[in-house]
Amino acid sequence: MSFPWANEYKPSHPLMQWIDEKLPLPRFVYNAVGAGYPVPRNLNYMWNFGVLAGFALVLQIVTGVVLAMHYAANAGVAFDSVEHIMRDVNWGWMLRYAHANGASMFFIVVYTHIFRGFFYSSYKAPREMIWLLGVVIFLLMMATAFMGYVLPWGQMSFWGAKVITGLFSAIPLVGPPLQEWLLGGFAPDNAALNRFFSLHFLLPFVILGVIILHVWALHIPGSSNPTGVEVKQESDTVPFHPYYTAKDGFGLGIFLMVYCALVFFAPNLLGHPDNYIPANPLSTPAHIVPEWYFWPFYAILRAFTSDFLIIPAKLMGVLAMFSAILVWFFLPWLDTSPVRSGHYRPLFRKFFYALVIDVLVLGYCGGAPAEEPYVMISQIASMYYFLHFLVILPIVSSIETPQPLPFSITEAVLGKDEHATLAPATPPSAPAVA
Amino acid sequence: MAGDGVRRRDFINIAAVSFAGVGGLAALYPLISQMAPSADVLAESSTEIDISAIAPGQAIKAVWRKQPVFIRNLTPEEIKSADAVDVASLRDPQTLEQRTTAGKTNWLITMGVCTHLGCVPLGAGEGEVKGEFGGYFCPCHGSVYDTAARIRKGPAPKNLEVPPHEFSSDTVVKIG
Amino acid sequence: MVRLFGPLVGLFFVAALLLSFGVGAYNAATQPTPPSAEKLFHMHPKDVKFSFDGPFGTFDKAQLQRGFKVYQEVCSNCHSLKQVAFRDLGALGYNEAQVKAIAKNWGTKAQTFDPKTGDRGERPNLPSDHFPPVYYAGQGNPPDLSLIAKSRHGGAQYIHSLLTGYVDQAGYKNEAGEELLKKFPDAKTPDGLYFNPYFANLNLAMPQPLTSEGQVTYSDGTKATVDQMAMDVSAFLTWTAEPKLDKRKQTGWPVLGFLLAATVLAYLAKRNVWADKH
Repeated sequence: MSFPWANEYKPSHPLMQWIDEKLPLPRFVYNAVGAGYPVPRNLNYMWNFGVLAGFALVLQIVTGVVLAMHYAANAGVAFDSVEHIMRDVNWGWMLRYAHANGASMFFIVVYTHIFRGFFYSSYKAPREMIWLLGVVIFLLMMATAFMGYVLPWGQMSFWGAKVITGLFSAIPLVGPPLQEWLLGGFAPDNAALNRFFSLHFLLPFVILGVIILHVWALHIPGSSNPTGVEVKQESDTVPFHPYYTAKDGFGLGIFLMVYCALVFFAPNLLGHPDNYIPANPLSTPAHIVPEWYFWPFYAILRAFTSDFLIIPAKLMGVLAMFSAILVWFFLPWLDTSPVRSGHYRPLFRKFFYALVIDVLVLGYCGGAPAEEPYVMISQIASMYYFLHFLVILPIVSSIETPQPLPFSITEAVLGKDEHATLAPATPPSAPAVA
Repeated sequence: MAGDGVRRRDFINIAAVSFAGVGGLAALYPLISQMAPSADVLAESSTEIDISAIAPGQAIKAVWRKQPVFIRNLTPEEIKSADAVDVASLRDPQTLEQRTTAGKTNWLITMGVCTHLGCVPLGAGEGEVKGEFGGYFCPCHGSVYDTAARIRKGPAPKNLEVPPHEFSSDTVVKIG
Repeated sequence: MVRLFGPLVGLFFVAALLLSFGVGAYNAATQPTPPSAEKLFHMHPKDVKFSFDGPFGTFDKAQLQRGFKVYQEVCSNCHSLKQVAFRDLGALGYNEAQVKAIAKNWGTKAQTFDPKTGDRGERPNLPSDHFPPVYYAGQGNPPDLSLIAKSRHGGAQYIHSLLTGYVDQAGYKNEAGEELLKKFPDAKTPDGLYFNPYFANLNLAMPQPLTSEGQVTYSDGTKATVDQMAMDVSAFLTWTAEPKLDKRKQTGWPVLGFLLAATVLAYLAKRNVWADKH
């Protein structure tokens, strides 16, 4: 890591020394998530969610690889093969429920991680690249989750595939042929199911790759912290191991308890009953909704009910839905306040909480039927969503007077120490990781 | 007293890490056992076969556990030639009586799986080569079995395996 | 650049949303959508209790056997159960011989096909067979019942309410005291359909299946009232949809207990590690 006081990896055992010479993988791990990575000492529990997200991905890959040993990606037997897993495969019911609820847990954790980033402005310089990669991971996760939901080939799978690929048909000129290309047909069928299965298996490994970049980019400036004040001296940091491994271990325990409560006692709570009906291309369910983690974006999609200028309502909805995520890419340049942490930004903080409520309202409306008053509520909530990121944040960051920041992280934790000796004020130069 | 405090702390830390290890190992159990045969596969572990149509000298191939089973109705000559062999000279010493049900020695029921590397030997189907001992011949590596399906020549180490079976009636045999 | 175009893009979306909102509000004010008959008269399932409710609930095997009998004698005439195999009935407490007999005596035989001769035929079902498909020529499409309890909101409660919820449509009033046919004269149930306020659109093709006490003769002496039969078959269909429910909960408690202990230890260990830093 970048700080000069970082512990150096010194293997004592001859075998470890031998490995370190040939392939310094233990050194790499030591510097990435071991005692060689100095981390601000004041991280709160909101900083647990990055590790939890990584854990959730591993969980999904492990359970997913195992499920793929029994699943049959053929429109004729896919539904029955899932029931075969549930009924006949040893522990199959548990593995499938673990995978389905694991997806929900992954999104819960990642949404918390993202909103942590919003509140503490984790996207600001010098951490823009971490943020951009994070948004890429989120987009990949959404694609993976969507394709995974198609695989059981229930009613929601089928109509989800139809509606989501239908979004692309809104694109002028190339839309309809693009949808046919995506599906390999005129409606979801074997071709679509097979390619979704293939991509659903592939994308998690792409996500894993981008996560490695995300963490690599993180290790260049080091972790942010709740004060938003950069690390200045050794007393501002503690080694990742054992301090944050211990803290993450506790967080992982809480995560697993919530997760197992879902898997063993409410495995279908977050699913939709209609997906236990085999796909029927001739009958749409009365009330189709995506999985809960897409609801806020689904509400934005449905909020556009009138043609605007020359743009048809359908295209507007699609544009807005994608823009709702794409706008995150521009956050580091929309919010220009020099202060990072929401703790020291009173005005920003109010709008942040408004955004949290706004997204919850959008989520609720996205899961509700497409009727009044939900459509009108989601229109208002969508307005706030776009105003928040594109108008309010730039204005707030210009007009707001932030509260005074602590001088250093140590001061924020231990109180002002008149006898503290300070390291040079210039941040240490930052060599690449490992 | 300070020493006790440190020891207590160490104990808790070791216990926490041990719990993580035990939990991780326990989580492996379903991940491993899911690869074992599933309930539907196990449910097909017995099968009933009608043998009324098999004339002496004929054989059929049935399927048990997704593998071929040879059911052969031996002629008196075949039984005689099997009994004429000196058991002590065999690679896998067994008499025909040990390999069949008492009173039904003409019904030779064996797996159609060569004990060498698992190919299906010839000799059960109509017109197939029976090999020089009149039983079965495995074309993969040249194992030759006699009329009691005992290994006589070639690389296979064992006689063709006799699956567990019983006669539900004179015309129906249950395998498995 | 971002700070220049960002607000413009934002205002563009807001303008489109304002237009949508305005048009929607105008339409809602000028041509309000009248509430539909389904909205006002559809009933939520009755709040009945089952042995398998809650985190400690388990199946009552005697009830499942009774429910299976109701399925066998009543439902199976029109509804298949294709995800379930006869061998699965062992979980209801039947022994191997009983399962074999149930399979062998099942009314619909297993279909056979000889690929050599092209002959189609029948044979008695075996324990390893799934319940055979049911072909139905009448009105409506009787759904397969294997997963019905998981594919309907309300699960077992919904099935019970539907089976006991058939009423005469004439004079039917909802809880608010509104009379259906007075308020919606067009909502009269068409010929060939049957009125049931627990069904999503109030009219379904299935005539009342459980009509009289003693329709099914229970071997355990339980009195076969319509309500009892509906409860039993609802429990049975919950089992067909989630046969691993008991095992799931039995596994869940030790897992949660272990995790609780591990988490407490992890918390204490975390406090130890951090003891000198706070």
